[in-house]
Amino acid sequence: MINIASTRLWKALVLPLLGIFFVIGLWTLTSATWAPALPSPARTWEVSKPYILAPFEKRGELDQGILRFTWYSLIRVAKGYSLAILIGTPLGLLLGVSKWFTTSFDPIIQILRPVSPLAWLPLGLVIFQKPEPAGIFTIAMCSMWPTVLNTALGVRSIPQDYLNVARVLQLSRQKTLFRVLLPAALPYMFTGFRLSLGIAWLVIVAAEMLTGAPGVGGFLWQEYNALIYEHIILCIITIGLVGFGLDRVMGLIERRFKTT
Amino acid sequence: MSAFVEMRGVSKGFDSPSGRLEVLENVNLQIERGEFVAIVGYSGSGKTTLISMLAGLLKPDSGSIHVAGKPVVGPGPDRGVVFQNYSLLPWLTVFENVQLAVDQVFAKESAPDRRARTERYVQLVNLGHARDRKPGQLSGGMRQRVSVARALAMDPEVLLLDEPLGALDALTRATLQSEIERIWGATKKTVILITNDVDEGILLADRIIPLSAGPRATLGPEVRLGIERPRDRKAVNHHPDFKHVRSRVIEYLLGSSAKRRAARSGAERAVARQPALENT
Repeated sequence: MINIASTRLWKALVLPLLGIFFVIGLWTLTSATWAPALPSPARTWEVSKPYILAPFEKRGELDQGILRFTWYSLIRVAKGYSLAILIGTPLGLLLGVSKWFTTSFDPIIQILRPVSPLAWLPLGLVIFQKPEPAGIFTIAMCSMWPTVLNTALGVRSIPQDYLNVARVLQLSRQKTLFRVLLPAALPYMFTGFRLSLGIAWLVIVAAEMLTGAPGVGGFLWQEYNALIYEHIILCIITIGLVGFGLDRVMGLIERRFKTT
Repeated sequence: MSAFVEMRGVSKGFDSPSGRLEVLENVNLQIERGEFVAIVGYSGSGKTTLISMLAGLLKPDSGSIHVAGKPVVGPGPDRGVVFQNYSLLPWLTVFENVQLAVDQVFAKESAPDRRARTERYVQLVNLGHARDRKPGQLSGGMRQRVSVARALAMDPEVLLLDEPLGALDALTRATLQSEIERIWGATKKTVILITNDVDEGILLADRIIPLSAGPRATLGPEVRLGIERPRDRKAVNHHPDFKHVRSRVIEYLLGSSAKRRAARSGAERAVARQPALENT
């Protein structure tokens, strides 16, 4: 019994910690040897302390606690991501249902999909003339595609049997959509939602860097310009942790909606 | 007046990558109201194609299909189908799967009436204890019973059973065969059972019609069964008709596949895949 428990503890805690210590060691070594400009872990902690220990403090427009910045970024991501899902899901449904629609729009989707957020943002600024909507536009444009493609795939992978049931029962179009198509495609759709959220969070840094909007990404770029490199690392760690957290939350939601 | 279910000169083929495949050719079938007919044939001989056309899920290339005097133009709840692989919606419970059918077909009834109707059919197939479970939590035999309940709950004119027990183990099969006979006795529906098991046909049907080996499969000479009901599995095995019927059907099927092989190897010198006669 004790043996099993200690094995579990070993696997769940000790090994991951070992990995983290290894990377911190490598980081220390790097900053001590060939990259002296890179702040060491200890120094990073020292300089970042006020931002971590008073995470919601607001001292100025671009001098705020790290969680306050994170909050701004999350709000921005939520707006762009919602837009992506609101547009992406129906688009995916149409692609999945209609061959005609697929033939017309699949090529353009494949062309727009790999475009970088750095390319969308200037276009957003041209269209909206303001940084805030341009950022949201960029997040939506980049994060929409996994939702579109997975929803379409989900609809296309619905077994013919389910559709036969709908036909034998002569379900109306609306009932077929809500009682058969959507529930059957839902597991795929959630995979898409999860991937989309990952991308939306990835894009936020680029969007904030270019627009200078307050948030983790904006803070990161400003501190680079202010030569406070310790804060760059603080931002990277924060972005990573938040992204990890978001993915976990989506994973939990996804599992709840999984139909077997 | 024509028969209750009638197929006349029905043919159906499919385009496949290796050319056109004629599956069924000149199929003629007449079934009276309340009859239980079994169509027995090899796997892959076109049994599912036949039943899909009766269900209206496929259109015949030529010939006509009538049910209750009306031509079949598409699927509809007057023909309840029990699909080979159950086709239950996995996100709905047992009750909800049946309810989906009831709500659709009896849309004019009040909600409590529809609930009562759903409940009745769930009870009919002895699944009252599992009504709130999802298909994923049921055994194969239980899923099959849900599928039967869903088809019956539509109160169809004809019940189409497409190898309903094919995927089940022998014991569950035997239990469900008795259950199908009991339900048929209670509802007096017209039933068309597709199966590859001659014994299953003998146990359940009034008439057995063999479907010859494909391609270009067609229905062979029917065999009538005068064995009194309710039929007991053991008694049927010793009934004088049993051996006679069984050998006639099997001989026809073997003969049709031998002819098919001879025709193929003679004409094409090709090695044809020998269809296996299962479960006989």
